[in-house]
Amino acid sequence: MWAYIVRRLLATIPVAGVVAVFVFSLLHLAPGDPAAVIAGSYAMPKDVEQIREKLGLDEPIYIQFGKWMWQVAHGDLGDSIFSEVPVTRLIAQRVEPTLCLAAASIIVAIVMAVPMGVLAACKAGTWIDYLVMVFAVLGFSVPVFVIGYVLIYGFSVHAHFFPVQGFVSIREGVKPFLRSITLPSVALGVIYAALIARITRASLLDVLAEDYIRTAHAKGLSSGVVITRHALKNASVPIVTIVGVGIALLIGGVVVTESVFNIPGLGRLVVDSVLARDYPVIQGIIMMFSGIYLVINLLVDISYTFLDPRIQY
Amino acid sequence: MYQKLRKTFVVWACLLAICVFGFTAGQVAAETVIRARLDAGLKQLDPIWTTSYTVRGHGYMVYDTLFGLDENFNVQPQMVDTYSVSEDGMAYTFTLREGLKWHDGTPVTSKDCVASIKRWGARDGMGQKLMEAADKLEVVNDKTFRLTLKQPFGLVLASFAKITSNVPFMMKEEHALTDPHEQVKEVIGSGPFKFVKEEFQPGVKAVYVKNEDYVPRDEPASNTAGGKIPRVDRVEFDWIPDPTTAANALIAGEIDYMWTPQTDHIPMLRKAEGVTVEIHDDLGLQTVLRINHQQPPFDNPKARQAILWATNQETNLRAAAGNDPELFKVNPSMYPPGSPYACDAGSKPLMEQNFEKAKQLLKEAGYKGETIVVLHCTDDYIISNQTLVTGQNLRKAGLKVDMQAMDWATLVSRRAVRKPASEGGWHIFQTWFNGPDFLNPLEHMAVGAACEDAWFGWPCDQKIEELRTAFAQEPDLEKQKAIARKVQERAFEVVTYVPLGTIYQPVAYRSDHLEGVVKSPVSIFWNAVKK
Repeated sequence: MWAYIVRRLLATIPVAGVVAVFVFSLLHLAPGDPAAVIAGSYAMPKDVEQIREKLGLDEPIYIQFGKWMWQVAHGDLGDSIFSEVPVTRLIAQRVEPTLCLAAASIIVAIVMAVPMGVLAACKAGTWIDYLVMVFAVLGFSVPVFVIGYVLIYGFSVHAHFFPVQGFVSIREGVKPFLRSITLPSVALGVIYAALIARITRASLLDVLAEDYIRTAHAKGLSSGVVITRHALKNASVPIVTIVGVGIALLIGGVVVTESVFNIPGLGRLVVDSVLARDYPVIQGIIMMFSGIYLVINLLVDISYTFLDPRIQY
Repeated sequence: MYQKLRKTFVVWACLLAICVFGFTAGQVAAETVIRARLDAGLKQLDPIWTTSYTVRGHGYMVYDTLFGLDENFNVQPQMVDTYSVSEDGMAYTFTLREGLKWHDGTPVTSKDCVASIKRWGARDGMGQKLMEAADKLEVVNDKTFRLTLKQPFGLVLASFAKITSNVPFMMKEEHALTDPHEQVKEVIGSGPFKFVKEEFQPGVKAVYVKNEDYVPRDEPASNTAGGKIPRVDRVEFDWIPDPTTAANALIAGEIDYMWTPQTDHIPMLRKAEGVTVEIHDDLGLQTVLRINHQQPPFDNPKARQAILWATNQETNLRAAAGNDPELFKVNPSMYPPGSPYACDAGSKPLMEQNFEKAKQLLKEAGYKGETIVVLHCTDDYIISNQTLVTGQNLRKAGLKVDMQAMDWATLVSRRAVRKPASEGGWHIFQTWFNGPDFLNPLEHMAVGAACEDAWFGWPCDQKIEELRTAFAQEPDLEKQKAIARKVQERAFEVVTYVPLGTIYQPVAYRSDHLEGVVKSPVSIFWNAVKK
């Protein structure tokens, strides 16, 4: 097992290299000029040229790439072209809201989806099953910003139960933190709940058709015990897989949610940086996200060994 | 037994977590706080390095200026106590007010001002003209400095009072000696508020606290002139990127002030209890259609004049500002309506849309059906909507149009391309300026025609440049008006750009707990009181 983990971790190095080349090339080949954005809309052409020169953006691409890779190899993701704040500090400023939002969204999704999926599987073919599936289709189809606006309109603007926007760190109090994270995590969680509910239902239906489930019923165990002690555990591998996929998809989801609810997280940082062509920040965050994806995939793979002892590496 | 112990442990762990986190004291809030949402998130901090309006707003919080403009756009002294002008108008001597200090407690001296003017003069268009006319800028003593001209320049005070980017903010000498094309990283000003570096999150939040040592003027606050009294303890610039969320946040009272809400939110904000929507910028936004003078067919003035005849300002304005007549104004002038130099000289083709005339001019210009590339910026609703109208009007005039959608960052890099449209160049793009940017022919960069040195589009006309130089040298207001009129006439003949009219963007704020907000084309928070 440890050898497997070490092999997977070592494999991240060439992956990171490929990601670095890819993201650097895409950014510099795409249209847009950070020097022009820095100078402002009303700067004269010669000012833009001089700023470009000062920032080293007029150097050949391979030299810019070499300098950046050298920095990254030394753990330095560079400085924002605009604010001249180190990228690592910008990420550190923004990581808490994103982690909290992602974690809360997944918790909301799992708490909603697994019971719904179980219910749908147990009541397969009934109106309950159809209702759950309709929810699944709607939840996955409705854009997160639409859900967000509806929640804001209902629960914030009219009911005043939750704030319209903003993020309060848990260090400033549990209640304000929970109030600030509830609506965004529900907006985002609903989408993944839909996905997880469908998979839970499908996976559980397969397991419920097995002989040992019939045996468990025949032994006099209640339905609840059969499902929680026997069926769900065996159905959990696909569920865990989809949760892992969901976490990866969350990266895209948090971007929109953070903008709608004004949460100053990494998603917004990426969007702002892309619009401004802040190359070091974009590159740094994408490298970080790719690392996170790799770790999540590794953790999901490792979790299989706990859920199903037959799986070994 | 084990299960009971496990449950007990879980309960106590939760209680402990609540004790640790639930009663954690947050930051002690300042007594009075204004939370404002401006036009963008603040990322840069040097208002000389960039022309960004957001950074200009930051500059007005922490820096001060030698002169300001009052509500009638008259120049008034600000940091300057007294000044004198020699009889021939070639020497200006300025003496600073007593008690001016930097935020680190050191006194403001004339050395700081001289260095700041030089740095600003290296970047700003009007400053560059001033420096060209200047012979010497020297320190006389700690409080006094002198500007000696080598050629007449009638806009010395107006230059120091300008509120358009780049504003001539005064900085400490050590910062002002920074290369003007590099960013000053430390924010130490002498303005009414101090920047709180520890709480700055680029693109998210900027925080300012009252400068207790600020010595305001005695006059009442008026635009960027008068007494800049900081009446709240703290001002936060909270950037909320989604305009709908921002409007809802204002309605819910989570923010106090919103600079230029989106047009379609204005009716909702007007109905909201406790919210006031009013126009603070009487000069409005001046919307602009810019033509590439270097690329055919628009290297021919007749083809450019055809665009004038094909344009209808009202249609363009309604596309961006909606149908509320308070929010837009057809403007026959290249200067903002109601401003000192506004006139209708030369504007007939612009005011009388005539597609047949446009087609005729295109024919005379030798237009043979080449594709006209229009850069369509989609992430600014004013520019986006107006460009769509332009595209339609150009087609009606007989032009073959290729509308290329892109974001603003792509547009600003694309407009710098001087190659033919087929090689990545362009023919037309649109934008807008704050009214003060167009106050006079010298500041007005869309009127400038300095060929390769002109603003993007590169119009080339010696007569316009001679007139602008004459304007700069003329101290008499009536004579300045006459020159400004001639500049406009010539600019319409050459079609340096097509004015698309004026849009008035109101501010929205919680009048139930905010009062005394100073009316200005820039966002100003001195004088404002939180009830």
